[in-house]
Amino acid sequence: MNTLIANGKVPLAKHYNEDRSVEWSVKDKLLLGLSLSEYIAQAFRNPLNWLFAVIFTVGGYVTITRFLFGLGYVTHSSYDYPWGLFLGFGLFVMVPLSASGFMLGTTVEVFGRDDFKPIERLALLNGLLGYLFAVVFLQVDLGQPWRLVYPMFVSLGPAAVLFLVAWHVATYLSVQVAELVPAFAEWMGMPKLKTFIKSMILGLTIAGIILSTLHQGALGALFTYAPGKVHPLWYSAPFQWFHFFCSSIFAGLSMLIVVSTICKKTMAWRCDKNFLTNLDRLTIGLAKGATLALITYLVIKIIAVAHDGDWGYLASGWGQWYMLEMVAGVILPMILFTISIRNNLPGLARFAALIAVLGIALNRLNTALITFNWKLYQEIPHWREVVICITIYSLFIVTYRFILYRLPILYSWKKDEDAAS
Amino acid sequence: MKTMNRRKFLKGSLLGGAAASVINKSKNADASASFGGYPDAMGVLVDLTRCVGCRSCEAACNKEQGLPAPAQSFDDLSVLDHERRTSEGAYTVVNRYEIPGQDHPLFRKIQCNHCNEPACLTSCFVNAYTKTPEGAVIYDPTVCVGCRTCMVACPFYIPAYSYSSVLNPVIKKCIFCYDTRLKFGRPPACVESCPREALTFGKRKDLIKTGNQRIKNHPDLYEDHIYGENEVGGTSWMYLSSAPFDQVGFDTDLGTQPILSYVKEFLTVVPMVLTIWPALFAGFHLLATRKDKQKKEEKSEI
Repeated sequence: MNTLIANGKVPLAKHYNEDRSVEWSVKDKLLLGLSLSEYIAQAFRNPLNWLFAVIFTVGGYVTITRFLFGLGYVTHSSYDYPWGLFLGFGLFVMVPLSASGFMLGTTVEVFGRDDFKPIERLALLNGLLGYLFAVVFLQVDLGQPWRLVYPMFVSLGPAAVLFLVAWHVATYLSVQVAELVPAFAEWMGMPKLKTFIKSMILGLTIAGIILSTLHQGALGALFTYAPGKVHPLWYSAPFQWFHFFCSSIFAGLSMLIVVSTICKKTMAWRCDKNFLTNLDRLTIGLAKGATLALITYLVIKIIAVAHDGDWGYLASGWGQWYMLEMVAGVILPMILFTISIRNNLPGLARFAALIAVLGIALNRLNTALITFNWKLYQEIPHWREVVICITIYSLFIVTYRFILYRLPILYSWKKDEDAAS
Repeated sequence: MKTMNRRKFLKGSLLGGAAASVINKSKNADASASFGGYPDAMGVLVDLTRCVGCRSCEAACNKEQGLPAPAQSFDDLSVLDHERRTSEGAYTVVNRYEIPGQDHPLFRKIQCNHCNEPACLTSCFVNAYTKTPEGAVIYDPTVCVGCRTCMVACPFYIPAYSYSSVLNPVIKKCIFCYDTRLKFGRPPACVESCPREALTFGKRKDLIKTGNQRIKNHPDLYEDHIYGENEVGGTSWMYLSSAPFDQVGFDTDLGTQPILSYVKEFLTVVPMVLTIWPALFAGFHLLATRKDKQKKEEKSEI
């Protein structure tokens, strides 16, 4: 793409061409204003696409075998570890990293911090896609994915935590779609649709906060069903939901920093000046929020250990593993964030965000897989399970990139000035 | 300008309310706080001192439930060399435990314990499980989505899953022979097949008396505890043992609270968030944007 821009191509960002003589069609918009051959040529030039091609060929085949031969073919069919990587990674790691949508929605729409606007849509998209692919992971893991709607309409078990998760994730997905409709409406040139959504954005955002608080917490509460199975240091009946909710705050913000960094590095041509010039300032702003959440999380984690009387476990091997998670995944990013804020070092904040993201992934994997059944043996996922996870995550990245290239997420649509002139 | 804003705000909060009412269904989980089990629930008392590990119960279960033939026949006692668990093909299994200081091993039959307040039931989001007044925990496989939360929730590691099935994988576990026997007041197949009377079928409350009587009569033989009388809120299947329970594979750290009581802490948070958050955050919004609004009004006055 960079070569094409050097040759004088301008990525499409409005409804009409330069002299307003031609209205771009949907096809032009999909091809970013390039001709089909130009578009294909640039896709072939990108080495990342070749990597994806390999992943989708191999991984696509393995994923199909899961549906042809059943879960028993791609997993170890463990009765003791009913949840493997699909949920351990796909659901429990993806969802907290997607909390950015409601965080930035709240910041901009509820708290009126319009200075965060340049990054709001990226946060919303990160949320929407993260949830969408968490559901894709869930669909791979469910024994009978075609019965996904059963808890909604066929046979309701309203007292179960998972019932709440199902309803909330479904509702929240639609809320997030609605929140991103304005971007789509600009791209398609449907101003009325945008106005309609804008008129209820506050309600949508508040609904998003409620749903997020509850389902982020509910994912933690799912483990309260297994008091004897999750290691006591990762388990706390009264605090589990708050641990998961609170950590989702810095997880979402850190993920947003990571994603925005990737956007800046790899698709600067698609970002407008508003995004690029503000990004350093916004990164520090996000780092401030993440640091507040990190310190809150650290304190409540210590309180949980004290409340449940788990100090004794700290001396064990599991305790050292726990302390490593806390030091490397919580305290270290917290200190780095603090240094970066005080000295205005956005680069350091980005590094800290990456560590925080990895830290939260470790925490969720610890809870769902590694310390789960700590009294039994350790389950190592089947290689096909790993391949399917990589494949779906690649699909997630490709979808993400497809939308970022097109919809006005990183740049603003130039329609308004055009209409005025 | 002002009225416009208020209308926008009202619309917004209405939508939040509508969303809240949709999800409201998820919070009525507190009715069973101190449910001690159905008064006439049946149960089985397993006496480990009588079991010789002959696996007759496994064979009877296999036949009664129409399960696939096992890889090794039920006469083959070499399977006892490794600890086994319930699976999609075996709803009950017997394990052998060597007890330090005792000259003979003990055998423990495991199957679904049919809890008074089952964790599987409370964790199921399609309400597939039912605790019947007769004491059995049964389930409806036609609604099972396959999330396997019940397997995570079960403190005894009992429910298995038919992973091998492609089109209709479901949960598999002991149902106390409910359809074929318990419903008609008859004992389950395993109990009937036991040649040593290691399994006693009866009303749960009577079995507790029987168990206590045996302990009283032979205090030197039995551990002074009926496993399952109070564990995780009490179970329909209960055990007597001559060795400490942790030496014969029982989890002695489960406590007496039903699993649901650990989840309630979160369930009580749900209605609070649903009712308090809308007002709280709408309030934050009004506070946060108050100055902007004032500025705008000042400008329009000028």
